[in-house]
Amino acid sequence: MRPLSVVVRTGCDLFAWFLIVFGASIIIHGDVTPGGGFQGGAVAATFITLLLVAYGGKKVFSWVRMGIFNGMLLFGLMAFFLLGLMGFPNAFLYNFLAIPHEVVQATGHGVIPPSGTIALMDIAVGIEVAGALSIIVLSMFRGIRLFREGPMEEESGHDR
Amino acid sequence: MIGNAPFFVVGVLFLMGLVGIFMSKNLIKIAIAVSILGSAVNIFLVALGYRAGGTIPVHFLAGEGTTMVLPTPQAMTLTAIVIALATTALLLSLIMLVWRHYGTLDVDEIRRLRG
Amino acid sequence: MNWNEHLPALLLIIPLFGAFLAPVCSMGGKLARNILLVAATFLTLLVAFLLWRSVLASGIQYYVMGGESFRLALPSGMALPVRIILEVDAFSAFMVLCGAIASFAGALFSVNYMSRFSGLSRFASLYLLLTTGMLGMMVTGDMFNFFIFIEISSIASFGLIAFWRDKPSAIEASFKYALISQVGSMMILIAAGSLYGKYNALNMAALGSVLTMGTMEKLALVFLVGSLAMKCGTFPMHMWLPDAYAEAPTGVTCLLVAVSQASLYGLMRVCFSIYGVAMGSTFVPWMIIIFGLASMFFGVTMAVVQHEIKRLIGYHSVSQVGYMLLGLGVGMLVLGDPRGMADFGFTAIKGGVFHIFNYTMYKALLFLAAGAVYYATGKRDLNDLGGLARKMPYTTFMFVIAAAAISGLPPFNGFVSKLLIYESSFAVHPSLAVVALVTSVLTLASFVKVFQTAFLGPEKNSLLHVREVPPAMLAGMAVLTVAVLGATLFPSWTLSNLVEPAARALVDQSGYIGAIMGGGM
Repeated sequence: MRPLSVVVRTGCDLFAWFLIVFGASIIIHGDVTPGGGFQGGAVAATFITLLLVAYGGKKVFSWVRMGIFNGMLLFGLMAFFLLGLMGFPNAFLYNFLAIPHEVVQATGHGVIPPSGTIALMDIAVGIEVAGALSIIVLSMFRGIRLFREGPMEEESGHDR
Repeated sequence: MIGNAPFFVVGVLFLMGLVGIFMSKNLIKIAIAVSILGSAVNIFLVALGYRAGGTIPVHFLAGEGTTMVLPTPQAMTLTAIVIALATTALLLSLIMLVWRHYGTLDVDEIRRLRG
Repeated sequence: MNWNEHLPALLLIIPLFGAFLAPVCSMGGKLARNILLVAATFLTLLVAFLLWRSVLASGIQYYVMGGESFRLALPSGMALPVRIILEVDAFSAFMVLCGAIASFAGALFSVNYMSRFSGLSRFASLYLLLTTGMLGMMVTGDMFNFFIFIEISSIASFGLIAFWRDKPSAIEASFKYALISQVGSMMILIAAGSLYGKYNALNMAALGSVLTMGTMEKLALVFLVGSLAMKCGTFPMHMWLPDAYAEAPTGVTCLLVAVSQASLYGLMRVCFSIYGVAMGSTFVPWMIIIFGLASMFFGVTMAVVQHEIKRLIGYHSVSQVGYMLLGLGVGMLVLGDPRGMADFGFTAIKGGVFHIFNYTMYKALLFLAAGAVYYATGKRDLNDLGGLARKMPYTTFMFVIAAAAISGLPPFNGFVSKLLIYESSFAVHPSLAVVALVTSVLTLASFVKVFQTAFLGPEKNSLLHVREVPPAMLAGMAVLTVAVLGATLFPSWTLSNLVEPAARALVDQSGYIGAIMGGGM
């Protein structure tokens, strides 16, 4: 795919990083506003989609490697799971960091919001979904490009 | 009667989705019809939870209102949206692989080529 | 920390953690990934066995995800269960054991079978996710959570059926299955949502305690029965089953057999524990019996004319599901009638439940044997095979055991469960037993044909290079053979310890509800 015109590329330059900031804001305020992990992660994944559409595949693949997104995916999954396992003497996924409403009104809370592990799990899921959806979009794009240019060398279903 | 309008919309969308799956000739139209079916069920779940005159279901942000809309159907809808997304991604990838093998996306052509 | 009370959650955590770890482990090479796959499924089998022992010893076990207590007292004085609750009774523990054995056998088999494919770290992830989804379907006590686990296992199976990416027929089979499965899942979600809208409860026990039959509940029951029966492969909606089972890699097919049984578990849970005696008329049990008869008959008649091994076994799958629906439908028919229950109803339910165990074991073994034949010879069509008994003795022996069990030959376990079903359905109407017997005879004929064509007879020139399959594949088949032979040699132990507590827990709706709602609601 070739890059689109200068107008599209300038628009992309102006808005691309804003998408990530917006996505992060949706993720972090997930326990009190509409939004949360999945929605914010999907918005953050549109960063890669916008870059693909505006700049074309060759340039984008020279800028990023798939390993970054795989790493984000694994980090999010492991963080979610470990937060669940840490509740263990009570139950799986027990909210051990939650602070009741009366205590918050009396003394305030620290860095971790009163909803406890829900906020941390939101952040883990947000990072994971951003990585996963970016991998989906990049793989589907790579599939189209390989179809046009010939048979796939390193991927094969069965007969090798 | 006017309060039941969302449920009529759900019925119409569900039928449109089903008719689309059975009568479309192009594979991508079938995938879009599956997505419409998912949207119909999501609207149904959100409309279930609405209470007339209700405010958002967060205790310390609600303001003056006394009734709140139910939050459980909203959680159910979000989960259903995520699942529909994963299924759509898989369906589209399968359609891409079918195009690579057969060169066409027409349902009748594929049935003929398969032999 | 008491391990016993955390067993239901551990059952789901272990395969899920294995699925998340698979990309990390496959960076360590092929050996690390194979060890992860086999170890995760073996640990799941161990936990399933301990859970079964614990449920038999101490009654229904429940587990609250994410909290300590689950009773929420509303101002009106009613107590509702909140949070997601896993409820394991004897029937769930029985099905979990079947599913865990099938998953372990398939994982052992796939270690060697998949060696020619690329992209195997994703295969390990998807396989363990499918195991998690199946086990979750069997232990959950919440309607919406049940929908979630159905979707997890469906999405994992879409990817796994299409894993053979170079064959267009595999991709088509997966696409067709995906469409039908999505429509069915959306119908389940509509039914669950409408039940929630009326009763404000998603928990199965809470729904069971307050359900009264009306038009909306009848519609919801039709949606649930229709869509869950589609996922088992019942007659009018079975079109996807032979294609999907034939085109998937064989270890996956072994697990897909157990996944269809999980949908059958869901169907029984809805009909017996949520609706139960409130079902009123006998329309739904008779529909299930008629579905069962149609599946039996049409499945086996279409199987007799097939000449590709895995499609043939897939059509036999459709007919065996008919047996289970017949047995459980006859039991449902007399659910509210204590005298009928004592006469033939309980025998029918015992036959149906025992047939679930037998079917999972011998059908998975048949698929694995067919897969071993394909791995060794490279051919699937019966016209190209012949004289394999001399070259592959172990595979032949295990295929004979499985074929005799499925045809209902005495003294194998298939005969015992089919006899229970014949006896009880004869008491309802003689023609039901006649159809079942005819199906059994046709099954025997079909498998005699397969065995004689593929294994006996003179050797073909194109098959001179065939050798026995590698030991890991034989080990996978041996696990299932041990289960089949165990049920064959100890039938009374199996019936009284494995089947009877499960059948009793299935018909005991008030016990299921009382464990969560505290009795006396």
